[in-house]
Amino acid sequence: MKQLMLSALLMSLLAACGSQPPKEEPKPAPVTEKAPEAPAAPAPVKAETKPVLIDALKDPESILSHRSVYYDFDKSIVKDEYRPMVQAHAAYLVSHVNAKTTLQGNCDERGSREYNLALGQRRADSVKQLMEAAGVPSGQISTVSFGAEKPHAMGHDEESWSQNRRTDILYQGE
Amino acid sequence: MKKFSACIALLFLFACRPLFAALSIEIVGGGENQIPISVVPFESDATGLSKVIADDLARSGMFKTIDPGMLAPHAIEQVNFSDWRGKGADAIVIGGIYPVAGGQYEVRFRLLDAAKQVQLAGFSYTVAQNQFRQTAHKIADIVYQQLTGDVGVFSTKIAYILKQGKHYELQVADADGFGAQSVVSVNEPIISPAWSPDGRKIAYVSFERGNAVVYVQDLLSGRRHIVADFKGSNSAPAWAPGGRQLAVVLSHDGSSRIYLVGEEGGNPKLLENSAGISTEPSFSPDGQQIIFTSDRGGSPQIYRIAASGGQAMRLTFEGNYNVSPHYSPDGKSFAYLERNGGHFNVAIQDFATSQSQLLTDADLDQSPTFAPNGKLILYASIYGGRGILAIVSSDGRIKQRLTMQSGDIREPAWGPLVH
Repeated sequence: MKQLMLSALLMSLLAACGSQPPKEEPKPAPVTEKAPEAPAAPAPVKAETKPVLIDALKDPESILSHRSVYYDFDKSIVKDEYRPMVQAHAAYLVSHVNAKTTLQGNCDERGSREYNLALGQRRADSVKQLMEAAGVPSGQISTVSFGAEKPHAMGHDEESWSQNRRTDILYQGE
Repeated sequence: MKKFSACIALLFLFACRPLFAALSIEIVGGGENQIPISVVPFESDATGLSKVIADDLARSGMFKTIDPGMLAPHAIEQVNFSDWRGKGADAIVIGGIYPVAGGQYEVRFRLLDAAKQVQLAGFSYTVAQNQFRQTAHKIADIVYQQLTGDVGVFSTKIAYILKQGKHYELQVADADGFGAQSVVSVNEPIISPAWSPDGRKIAYVSFERGNAVVYVQDLLSGRRHIVADFKGSNSAPAWAPGGRQLAVVLSHDGSSRIYLVGEEGGNPKLLENSAGISTEPSFSPDGQQIIFTSDRGGSPQIYRIAASGGQAMRLTFEGNYNVSPHYSPDGKSFAYLERNGGHFNVAIQDFATSQSQLLTDADLDQSPTFAPNGKLILYASIYGGRGILAIVSSDGRIKQRLTMQSGDIREPAWGPLVH
């Protein structure tokens, strides 16, 4: 009973708030669909030729420190600018037979959550296919889709959306 | 006078904790030709039961509530019909709440036609005090049905996901947002709740095991079981009308495709072998057809296929993004989400004419779900930077917004009529 009254009080307070004139809807930002700026061109890969003192996967000088492929809206094609990075990860996996990668597909928040879940899977699969074509055994690669459920950027605008249309390359233990 | 006593059983006795958080509802657009009605505060109505009735009717957009002023009849012989016609009321609701044996109360009400000076309905319910809200919704349903000819949905429930930070809860509340109960509470995303046809269970998708997994949970006991947990994503559960079978979407063979699976899980049966993504199945009310989203033609569009398989037929052709189809309860139309330039809005398409009508106009609408009378569509939207729920009538005229004090609400599912 006490809960009921408390709830009723809350409801009436809310109702009081609700009776204020509605605020004007914020104007939507113009929607453009450009990909985010490509990561700065990485320095030539030298990590393999010099003594490996630090893990190439974590060396900011290495192309392997780049881990994300970005997409256009409703697209899963890996754009040319990300292919060298994916190839470098494929080469790493071929030369490190015990290494395992998980490819995590993500989408921006717009549209259908379920369609985005399927699209995120296809994005992860598109990277997997490139890696397999480069000779990585499929047993070293797993994929998962988070759809639109785990956005990195929380805004409701293209700046955030472009960051969230993404496949992340993670290694076992990361 | 028709009169009988009825004891309204609690529709759901959730085995979980009550929440103080409540949805608040704001009407942002009204229908035309509203029926003027006055709900007179009931005799000895300490808890505001009659206000719940008036609020239900006003919120539906179908009624204009008239202030009774100094008039306060509680019995039919106290009603002077000419007073009410003077106030412009076409209909009057009167009643009272009276203690009876065993700590119960008798709630009596009458619906009167002010012009014809006749009683349209009159009932009496013997209930406990904690059933007053349900009783009020029941009365509002009767008033709505008597005056509009359509089934009222004030006694139904809605399910939705509340996200607060990294915490996700599947909640169930009354259709007016009151009495929210937590069904599942986890620190990973939950999406796609779907009510079983009898309203006793909810299927949903949770990421708590890492990937998307389909669960079915019994609301009374709180027990749940996994329906599909294959490699990849397991998602988009939709109940077949009988409630023994679900359509789910699995990506374990490489592409997202629709499968049929028993309510307890088991071996999924592939609906059709097609290229591209197929997802978001929705059964026709007779269970014979399934509409779904697929990008087999290059962009996501809505298709229909027999529930036994066969050839899928494309239903949407305008624009390059039509998704999230849901059959209307009468099977004559479907609600869906369409992209308009930079906006994503709810629309409805008629099967017979293939004509579609845009119903909403915010930036990022999502996840339309029909009320069980087909008159209203509940959907998710973003308002003031936060996830909210909104309701639009299926003719687009009436609009409401439902907001939570904090957090984002999304992924609504309107529960069935439960008698």
